[in-house]
Amino acid sequence: MEQGGKDNVHFPHRHLLGIEGLSPEEISILLDRSETYVEQNRRADKTTPLLHGRTIINLFFEDSTRTRTSFELAGKRLGADIISMSVATSSVKKGETLIDTAMTLNAMHPDVLVVRHPDSGAVKLLSEKVNCAVINGGDGSHEHPTQALLDALTIRRRRGRLSGLLVAICGDIMHSRVARSNIHLLNTMGARVRLIAPKTLIPPGIERMGVEVFHDMTDGIKDCDIVMMLRLQRERMSGNFLPSIREYFHFFGLDYEKLSHAKDDALIMHPGPMNRGVEIDTEVADDVGRSVIREQVEMGVAVRMAVLELLALNPDNGPDNRGSG
Amino acid sequence: MAAKKENSLAPIAYVNARLLDPASGLDKLGGVLTEGEVISDFGPHLANKDLAKKKDALRDIQVVDCKGKCLCPGLVDMRIEIGDLAATVAAAVSGGVTSAVCLPNTDPVIDDMSVVEFVARRARKQGLAKIYPYGAVTKGLEGEELAELGLLAESGAVAFSDGTKAVADAQVMRRALSYASTFGLMIVQHPEEPSLAADGVMNAGETATRLGLFGIPEEAEVIMIERDLRLAGLTGGRLHIAHVSTGAGIDAIRRAKAGGLNVTCDTAPPYFALNEAAIGDYRTFAKLSPPLRNEDARQAVVEGLKDGTIDAIASDHTPRDEESKRLPFAQAAPGGIGLGTLLAVSLELHHNGHMGLLDVLRLITSAPAGLMGLPAGRLEKGAPADLVLFDPEEGWKVDADALVGKAKNSPFDGRPVQGRVLRTVVDGRTVFEPEN
Repeated sequence: MEQGGKDNVHFPHRHLLGIEGLSPEEISILLDRSETYVEQNRRADKTTPLLHGRTIINLFFEDSTRTRTSFELAGKRLGADIISMSVATSSVKKGETLIDTAMTLNAMHPDVLVVRHPDSGAVKLLSEKVNCAVINGGDGSHEHPTQALLDALTIRRRRGRLSGLLVAICGDIMHSRVARSNIHLLNTMGARVRLIAPKTLIPPGIERMGVEVFHDMTDGIKDCDIVMMLRLQRERMSGNFLPSIREYFHFFGLDYEKLSHAKDDALIMHPGPMNRGVEIDTEVADDVGRSVIREQVEMGVAVRMAVLELLALNPDNGPDNRGSG
Repeated sequence: MAAKKENSLAPIAYVNARLLDPASGLDKLGGVLTEGEVISDFGPHLANKDLAKKKDALRDIQVVDCKGKCLCPGLVDMRIEIGDLAATVAAAVSGGVTSAVCLPNTDPVIDDMSVVEFVARRARKQGLAKIYPYGAVTKGLEGEELAELGLLAESGAVAFSDGTKAVADAQVMRRALSYASTFGLMIVQHPEEPSLAADGVMNAGETATRLGLFGIPEEAEVIMIERDLRLAGLTGGRLHIAHVSTGAGIDAIRRAKAGGLNVTCDTAPPYFALNEAAIGDYRTFAKLSPPLRNEDARQAVVEGLKDGTIDAIASDHTPRDEESKRLPFAQAAPGGIGLGTLLAVSLELHHNGHMGLLDVLRLITSAPAGLMGLPAGRLEKGAPADLVLFDPEEGWKVDADALVGKAKNSPFDGRPVQGRVLRTVVDGRTVFEPEN
């Protein structure tokens, strides 16, 4: 496929529905290709018309500014036609809307659908009903693969590797798709993962996913190379997962005192948007020496360009092969 | 699927059959003679055609050669949801089920005498499987005010249940057990503490965590069972616990029985034949209530069946249309159909060496009939001629689309099974034979 990008890289999947099941080689293909876009994105001319004439639809059943914008920019920089749709979700008949919307959009012959949905498994269900490549932009508490990829790219560029690093993921693991995708990716790439949260926010059986679970920040953070904070949703208070934000920050919010137990050069990450003073102290978040939170946003565009390119130009997703899997 | 109705009811001799009657332990080559709608004779002396003919001078006797296959009382299914009535009774007889008890979560709810009579009358008109209704424990299944248990029983409700909703309030359950015992009526509980199950859509554990789905802990069932056992002890009420699915829940019942409490329970084929792995990648046909549990729980259910703690098997037939299943897992309706696979999946207990053939059949004939007080499930002179002829060995693969009935939501879709219904007889009439 001569139009297929800068060299003949082949990502052997039709969709990107999750990190679980990807091999280290496949993850490396995505990260290596993302690297090339990091450089391109820092130039004055940021576009390559690799996806000229292709149509990408962002289909968001859940509010999102960052992820949607990041995909939009990624598509535009590849020369694709990209539109974003926000679908209002009535709580009653969400699912009907999902299948109906999928069929409607499918009839418009998009090349890639980027889908975010509040229900775990919804993106997979939708991928079974359409003929184009589908990228999971976050489904329920299940997976958010491009977030894990951009986190990995950020770490790899800073530390030169993933394997052997000790990574702490802290906060609302229970409801977090970011945590699950990161656990799969980091384990696959040979990093060690620790989870730190109060017991109400640790889902049952998660230790069988190859992680160590801690309930004390100081113990959990000790000697870590990376401290990844998760966003705490305030509605968790009403579900009695936690008594108060004050108490949560006291025990699990990242401040300099807790951070002092990590390695001296430990990096601080957060998928955004941050709740300053809830899961992370404002000064820590803004510490340019330690926090790579803004870099994560930058890497996000590069990763999404790589994923869009590799899926859109995957010959398995060509018009001749559509509907075959 | 040919559902034949013969107008004339000449005497029919079913000969050359492996005759099985779980209630009496009969397992011999024999035959059954039906006259009109009832069994007039049965036993080894009717084994072959000549004997059957000689037996008496009945003219116009029809002879059905069973070719050595198994002939036993029609199956009794103590819990189904009725859905589309005509489709459901057709599905029942295709599975060898001749009597079934339907949950009261119909529209309208069976919490009023007129509805009891209406359901029974409509089912009779179909002339296929006999449908008996549960009455609601509480008005509108709302768990607050007792329904008219006594009057409902007089009009034909055979037992009482709030369907797939637990009677959650302990005081309401206490009063229900107590009041029902005035009339000797049985309360059937869906054992699930609703507040623990509220956000859950499958069994809690590693699989749910991987899939990003909220789990229902086994304790939701165990707590409700333990509470109700106490309330049964307190009131002397007659408690039956539906579809038990957890080892600890079964243990609690085992201990209560050993302590002399008059309590019974049942389970459904998914809970001894499947585990949560059947959900795979969000298969909504495997979303059930109670949820499929882990492998340890499945094995505990098999043990409960083997040692007699579990008294019966019900299909839990729950028809759901495509629209309610083709949804993201959390939004999909729970429930699976089971009438067409009740026999074959139950026979796995026999084929896997866990139980004898008669013991398995007892759990789907005389045992549930006894619990529900139905005139069914055993071979008796003068009893309704409800029979099923089946080949316990014949293998087939469950194809949800090919099952009789409207709904296709079988959790066993694609499963290879052994045991095939060859003929179903209701009130002396053959109402089902497979097409080939």
